[in-house]
Parts: sequence; C-alpha cells; structure tokens
Amino acid sequence: MKSLLLIASHAPWSGLAARETLDIALAGGAFDLPVSMLWQGEGVYQLLAGQQPDILQQKNLQSQLSGLPLFGIEQLYVCSESLQQRNLLPEQLALEVQLVSKSEIRQLLATHAQTLVL
Amino acid sequence: MQFTLILSSSPQDPASRRALCFARAVIAAGHQLQRIFFYQDAVHLASRLLVVPQDEQDLAAQWQEFVRENRLDAVVCIAAALRRGVLDEAEARRYEKDADNLAAGFELSGLGQLHEAMQSANRVVHFKGDA
Repeated sequence: MKSLLLIASHAPWSGLAARETLDIALAGGAFDLPVSMLWQGEGVYQLLAGQQPDILQQKNLQSQLSGLPLFGIEQLYVCSESLQQRNLLPEQLALEVQLVSKSEIRQLLATHAQTLVL
Repeated sequence: MQFTLILSSSPQDPASRRALCFARAVIAAGHQLQRIFFYQDAVHLASRLLVVPQDEQDLAAQWQEFVRENRLDAVVCIAAALRRGVLDEAEARRYEKDADNLAAGFELSGLGQLHEAMQSANRVVHFKGDA
C-alpha cells in the first residue's frame, strides 16, 4: 500500500480546508491505509487547545482531531519552526504530535509515496 | 500509464483550466485517466447550473462535455458537494430540495473513492486553487 503524507497548512477557521483535509485522513484510516499528517504554517493553529469556535458559529475541530488515533492515524507531526514563529509551545496543543525540524520534514516527504496539500 | 487527477480548484480558478488541458493531453498521449476526483470548490464544475457571460468560456460545460465524451470515471465528493449545493436526484429527494444539478456522467461518492484511486494509479496529479 502507498503511504500518504497529508499536509495541513490552513488556519482552522479560514474556510473548509482544515476540516476537509482531516476528512481525507479519517477516510484513509477507515480503510486501514498508511496515512500520516503534518501540520505546518498557519495549520499549526488547528492543534491549539482551548479554542472557542462557537463564537464564530463553527464546530470544534477537536472531535475530528481526536478521531485520528482512533482511526489508526498515529503518525502525527508538527513543524517546530512554525510553532516557534507563532510563539506556541508544544504544551498548548490539544493533540499528541511529534515535533519535527525542517530536515525531518524533508525526510518525511522522501519516505512517503504520496503527498497531498489542499 | 494510469493517471488519477484530483481537482480542488473553483471553476473560476486557472488551475481548473490547466487540469482540463492536462487531462486532454493524458488521453492524447495514449495514457488512461482512471479517475478524476472533484473535491472542495471543484465540485462546482459538476453543476449544470453555472451560467457565464456569453463572451466568456464556460469551463464547467467544457469539463462536463469532456467527461461525457470520454466516458470518464468522474467522482464528486458527496460531503463537499452537499455543503456547496451540488446535488443529484437522490440527494435532492433525501434532503427535500426542489432541484438537483449534478451533470450527467458525474457520480457523487465518498472519500474512499479518492483513496482507492490514489492507491491504484501510477501517477496522481492534484490541481489546487489559490485558496
């Protein structure tokens, strides 16, 4: 089976892209496919704990995020440089993810058969 | 070579035109287009209800004609389509809407179809918009 690296690079409430990227991951998990996820750029805000999307009449991403491990999607990565640039600490994230450097991201890109960025 | 194309760009986005040019080139070169998957705003390309000014190109109509003429496997993500008001007859009935607009030759289905096509193709090419 071909492995897929999904890159989430959209801010959580900037439209449907965050949700529709997670939907692809969850569908892959439902079919037992090897799917990994990497959050980078504005996408790291998707992981931030304690958000109040109800103020924007939006649904929390939390149910989708916590569904990832339940669907067998356990290779979860976040770009550490993107966190630093936004003054975010790993402790502030709502999901257990692995911090990766730029060179580790290059490795992720090289070791996955396919990459998809919405 | 077996190609799968993924479109996520809107009908107004140049990426949707590039995708059509690419798809035509794939067929012209003797390769197979095993599936075209329409996601995000690209679901609008499958709508029969787009109207463009007479002196502009109707890209949705061109895509629909291309799919029909080549009898392609054109799958539109059902969740993305419903959110954006692209419905076939069955979904219009299910959600009690008074019209449907999915063009002939297109099928509403789930993201499993995207994964299946990505697994089985030799080449997957994604045309994404500016969003």
